[in-house]
Amino acid sequence: MSRPLFRSAAPALFACLAGCNMHQSTLAPFGRDAADIRGMTLLLVGGAVVIFLGVAALVVAAMRAPAGRLTHDGGMRLVLWAGGIVPTVVLGALLVWTLPAMRPAPATPADLRVALVGEQFWWRVAYRPPNRPPVVSANELRLPVGRTVVLELGAGDVIHSFWVPGLAGKMDMIPGRTNRLVVRADKAGRYRGVCAEFCGLSHALMAFDVVAMPPAAFDAWLAAEARPAAPVASAPGAALFTANGCGGCHAVRGTAGTGSIGPDLTHFGARATLAAGILPMTTANVARFVRDAGSVKPGARMPAFRHLSPGDTQAIARYLESLK
Amino acid sequence: MKRGIGHRVRELKVTLWTLIVPPTLWAAHFLFSYLWAAISCEKVGYFARFPITFAVGTGLALVLIVASGLIAWAQTRTPGTPAPHDGGTDIDRLRFIAYSTMLLAGLSFVAVVFTAIPVMLIGDCR
Repeated sequence: MSRPLFRSAAPALFACLAGCNMHQSTLAPFGRDAADIRGMTLLLVGGAVVIFLGVAALVVAAMRAPAGRLTHDGGMRLVLWAGGIVPTVVLGALLVWTLPAMRPAPATPADLRVALVGEQFWWRVAYRPPNRPPVVSANELRLPVGRTVVLELGAGDVIHSFWVPGLAGKMDMIPGRTNRLVVRADKAGRYRGVCAEFCGLSHALMAFDVVAMPPAAFDAWLAAEARPAAPVASAPGAALFTANGCGGCHAVRGTAGTGSIGPDLTHFGARATLAAGILPMTTANVARFVRDAGSVKPGARMPAFRHLSPGDTQAIARYLESLK
Repeated sequence: MKRGIGHRVRELKVTLWTLIVPPTLWAAHFLFSYLWAAISCEKVGYFARFPITFAVGTGLALVLIVASGLIAWAQTRTPGTPAPHDGGTDIDRLRFIAYSTMLLAGLSFVAVVFTAIPVMLIGDCR
């Protein structure tokens, strides 16, 4: 590559590096489907490069061929083989090879089901283990490694799309419809998913954490998640939370807050991020979100509480963070 | 007097009407496949409920496409000048249509196979 060309291309190449990460990438799979998708991607890219180089070599050979060397019959034979028969066979083989990956994985009624509902601009999550009551949570998806999980995808307002690049392909979430995505995480770790269908002002701020855990740890976590919150009732933030009507939209199980318009906050403090995967869980960030959610997420339905003093929002934030 | 099948095929004359036979079969098979999957999923909850019937339908479409391709191929062998057959004569017109029909038959054959493979391999309504 010549120097000026490299100089102009280098920033673009370095910008591409920003896409390299282990927690939100199709090329860093932690689930079965995503591993299939990566295999196909690599083979198709490799194959495309080989075909491109082959065609380029043919063009060079044709341009450099001595006069009289190329014949009409030879050209027609080349078109028949390189333009007809070989592509048909290659595409047919690719079709047969890739189609089984499109077939949904089998699931049984004994598998854990998780209902995920896309909302503007957060995720309603309900774990439905067989023969046990559902466990409601939000903005975080936990998965047991090695077990099949059936995700039941829906939407509360507009069309969203559920996409955890390292886990599986994306699937739309459509109001009034339940789409099933059968997944299996194969590697424990902390990953990230996003909304992949434009859904409003804060579409790009609608993400979530995915935590793949060893099965025993998952079972223990789910049992803990099913328990009501253990808030410090004497905390000043608890009284402010109630007095300002936060419980009208947000549920904190074990308290008077039972609303279901906004995300369930029962174990809010145990999550790593807030505002649907957007901000790290710090007291300052929680207080900022409580004071003016719209400044973090334009278009969010949560009203601003600017009339609260900074001390009050800090107190509410500390209370919410204590909900482990 | 009994005549061979090759002779009869050469006596058939391809026209614009026979030219559209292979793509029409492709379209019919395509529609059939989609309706088949949709009706199977809706009525019985399975994708491609009766694979043997579907295979027979696909086989029939392929046989008819191959037959029209072979007839067209026989017509392309009518003596005359080489391609591109663009003269304003009956023979050139015949050979042009025959050649086009043959290529369309090849395309339709591949298309029918590519339509049938997903029906056979997916097997799920989700």
